[in-house]
Parts: sequence; C-alpha cells; structure tokens
Amino acid sequence: MNSFWFGARPVSNVGVLVRLGAIGAVTLGVAGAFAYVGGWFSPVRLTQDRMMAAFQDANGTHAGFRRNHAKGVCVTGWFASSGQAAALSKAAVFRPGRVPLVGRFALAGGMPFQKDAPATVRSMALRFLLPGGEEWRTGMNNIPVFPVNSARGFYEQLLASSPDPATGKPDPAKMKAFLAAHPETVRALSLIKQRQVTSGFANSTFNSLKAFRFVDAAGASVPVRWSTVPVQPSAADSAEPPAAGDNNYLFDDLIAQIAQQPRRWQLMVTIGEADDPTNDATLARPARRRQIDAGTVTIDHASSEDDGRCTAVNYDPLVLPSGIEPSDDPLLSARSAAYARSFTLRAEEEHEKPPSAVTAREVQAGGKS
Amino acid sequence: MTTQARFPAVSRLLHWLMAPMIVAMLFIGVGMAASVSPRYELLVSIHRPLGIAILVLCVIRFVNRFINPPPELPDTVPSLQRFAAKASHIVLYALMFIMPLVGWGMLSAARYPIVLYGPLRLPPILPHDLTLYAWLRDLHTDLAYLFFATFLAHFGAALFHGLIRRDGVPGSMASFGGGNVGQKADIG
Repeated sequence: MNSFWFGARPVSNVGVLVRLGAIGAVTLGVAGAFAYVGGWFSPVRLTQDRMMAAFQDANGTHAGFRRNHAKGVCVTGWFASSGQAAALSKAAVFRPGRVPLVGRFALAGGMPFQKDAPATVRSMALRFLLPGGEEWRTGMNNIPVFPVNSARGFYEQLLASSPDPATGKPDPAKMKAFLAAHPETVRALSLIKQRQVTSGFANSTFNSLKAFRFVDAAGASVPVRWSTVPVQPSAADSAEPPAAGDNNYLFDDLIAQIAQQPRRWQLMVTIGEADDPTNDATLARPARRRQIDAGTVTIDHASSEDDGRCTAVNYDPLVLPSGIEPSDDPLLSARSAAYARSFTLRAEEEHEKPPSAVTAREVQAGGKS
Repeated sequence: MTTQARFPAVSRLLHWLMAPMIVAMLFIGVGMAASVSPRYELLVSIHRPLGIAILVLCVIRFVNRFINPPPELPDTVPSLQRFAAKASHIVLYALMFIMPLVGWGMLSAARYPIVLYGPLRLPPILPHDLTLYAWLRDLHTDLAYLFFATFLAHFGAALFHGLIRRDGVPGSMASFGGGNVGQKADIG
C-alpha cells in the first residue's frame, strides 16, 4: 500500500500550501454540491418554500392553518367495500368489508375565515384506515378538471392572483398575461364554470382530479380516477339561498344534515384505457369509460377542526396502500411536497392558531352559527 | 517510516458500506426538502428505507466496535487533534443512530405511514401529536446540518492526514488489498 499521497519524499513548504489548497477546494466543492442540491444557488427553482411564500402572498398569513383548503370541518365514518374493485386492485380496502374513515370537508383557498359562497370550490378529503397500518388518503374536489397541469403553472397562477401591494387587489393585467401563457387553464376554467353547483357539501360530487393506477394481484395495472357521488338527492344551489349574514352556511348545513342522518356517497372508479393521458389534470376525462361502484362512503359524525380527528392529518395524495400507485401526473409529487411543507409550518405555528371559523360550539349547536 | 495498524476487515467493510449510504442520505434529504418536482416522490421513497437500513447497520457497527476495537491513532498526532478526532467520531456515531430514530419518530408523531417497500410498513413509535412532530421535524433538519458539517470535517481530516501529515491514518481504513485482520501495514 503505497499510493501517491503517502509518498516517502518530503513535501516542500510550497507543496504543503498546494496540498492544503487542494483539501480546501475539494471540501468546499462537496459543501457547494450540497448547497446546490438544497436550492441555495437556484433563485428561480420552484422549491417548497417558494410555493409557501406564494400562498402567503395570495392569502396573507394565517398561523396554524393549512396553506390551501384552509376552512374546513372534520368528519368520521366508514367505507363499506362492495368487493367490485378487488379484481383490479389488490388493495385490502377493496375486499368486501368495512374500514373506518377520518375525513375533512373544506373550501379551496388559503383564507380560513372566508365567507361560504356557492361558486367556491368544495373539497372532500378521506383517510381510509386499512388493517395492518396501511392507509389510503385522497382529496377530491367538486370540479371536473384542475385549472393547471404543473407545479409551475400552479405557482404562477397564485402569483397572478395575489393582491397588488399598491391597490390591495389582484392586478387584472397579471391574470390576463397568465391566461395568455396557459391555454390549458383557459380550457379547464371554462369546463369548471359549466359545472352544476349543488346546494351544499352533502349533495356534491367530488372528483380525484389526478389519475392513479390500480395494481392487481398479478401486478397488472390500469389507469384510474375516482369520484364520490352523493346518494342523497341533489338540489341545485338556487333552491337554498344562504341566509343573510351566515358566513358558514355550507358547513352549518352539512353539520345539521349529518346530525339528522348519516350521509352517503358511492365511490365510483373510472377505468381508463391504456393510452388515455394521465399526466394532465386539465384535460376532461375521456367519455364512455368503464365505471365500477367500489363501495359506499358513509359519514355519520362531524366536528370542528379545533377538536376533530382530521386536524393533525396531512391529506398527502401519495399516502397509498399497496395496490394503488401514483400515475405520471407531476401534480401528485408537487402536491405531496407542498402539503408536507404546509403541514410542518402549521404544526410549528399550532400554539398561535386562533379558533377555526367553524367552532366546536357551533358544531354542538347543530350547525347554527 | 511509520506503521499504522489497520482497521479490522469487518470494520472497513461497514465503514465503506455506510459512508456512501449516509452521504447519499444527506444529499437526498436536503434535495427532497427543497423540491416540488416529480423527483420528490422518488427521493422520499428512497429516503425512508435507506434511513432504516442505516439504523440497522449502525447497530451492527456498534456491536462490531466492541468485538473489533479500532486501532489507536499514531503517537505523532497532537493531543488537540486526538481530542477532535475522538469527539467527531462520537458525534458521527451518535448521529447515524439518532437521525433515523428522529425520522421514524417524527413520521410517527405525524401519523404518516412509514413505508419501506410495497405493503411493508414500520409501526409508529410515538403518539400522534402535532407539537411533537414540529419539534422532531426541526430537530431532523438541524441534526442533518450538523451531520453534514461533521462529515465534512471527517472527510477534510482524512485528506489532511493523507496529504499533509502523511501518517497513514486514511490507509488504516482505505485499503481492502492484501493483509489480514489486525495486520500492521507498512505504509511508510
């Protein structure tokens, strides 16, 4: 063992300096590579922190709340599998039987005290607690498609909708420029505007806007999307105008309805064909695809976020059981990453969080604010 | 002409098995915490099982260290450097054991399923608690920076011994060629 650096020749003073310089350069190089991977040298790279900063620009600072879908309530219930999806996915959740659910209904947007309004996007998040510690977490919205198809698109949309510091209002020119650069958003927004808006959460259909893959016991996979379709009759929004001054009418109605009797949704799985695009959430689902009724979601209990079981849960779309896999949609990874950062921030801020818009008292009173 | 006792073969194997895993782990960690790209999902799916693998190897390494104690540093090493070497090794050992546990613990406190591969999951080791999660999540980052800084010091010190002091210290861990366990290698 006699490599070059253990050579017997004595090293001159200049040699020592050169060698010290080399050691410094190599060590600095490794440190520099670490800093580069961490994004310190890349001011335009879209990082989790920059995404969070954009949410703050658009919505203001709301310590302790989720950065998006900030206003919500917790619910619990169960999923009764029909067994019909078991042939396509080996996930234990699809075998005939029941698994408990911890869910959350929310309004899109980062404002935890926004006034309920018919056109605001509604969401249903579900956490299926499978036997053996496996989980399936999914968030669904009452819109047919997502307005953007990339993390960058989402970020730019947030920036374009942020209030101008001078006027306190979003600059229409910025949104116009954003839409001009994103024709996929223009197409998606027109589909979103055409959707039928129902009177409340309980009769809304919620769609997984991203594609996933079901994997069967033999390892074969198919692209899928899923929806929860209400069993209770649907009523158009105009049937029940919000009472004047009731800022939480959508949540109050839901709480009152659940207290009256459990609310149910069918979990419908749409099976895609092999060449259906799965990486663009702005595209409408192709027509005439096979649908499977995987089972029934029953929600029988609501609670405020302040004492509910959904609060300490991150509805990360990549928490999946064996038998469900992510598709190639880049938004899945982007959402998982941004949710993780949002979850950490609100956990750090938990001690300064004010009570949620829908309080425990409001839920106990049966949803009357 | 100096001679420096080499580390036993098992110790060298463990060192060179774990060194790339730990360095990769630090780079994956800092990269995934800054990413919203499709790489995020891939990095997370490597980070968790790799961390647990490091924890398992670390326990084996502790046991091995008792069975096969490391050789002493050369007598020529001044006492301050001797102290620095000892302290940095204690920090490295502590971190390679604590970091995976903090990671496992923080995922437990957040109730993220701890997925190793396919349906294989680890049970939670702490109660579901947001405040506890926030504390451990911050600790995980702080310890990662300390780990990287200590690794850099260790790496720089190895180069210093090899290029400046030329006392055969890197050679005691470096070579797999020739020599049996405990052999005194002539590295003069």
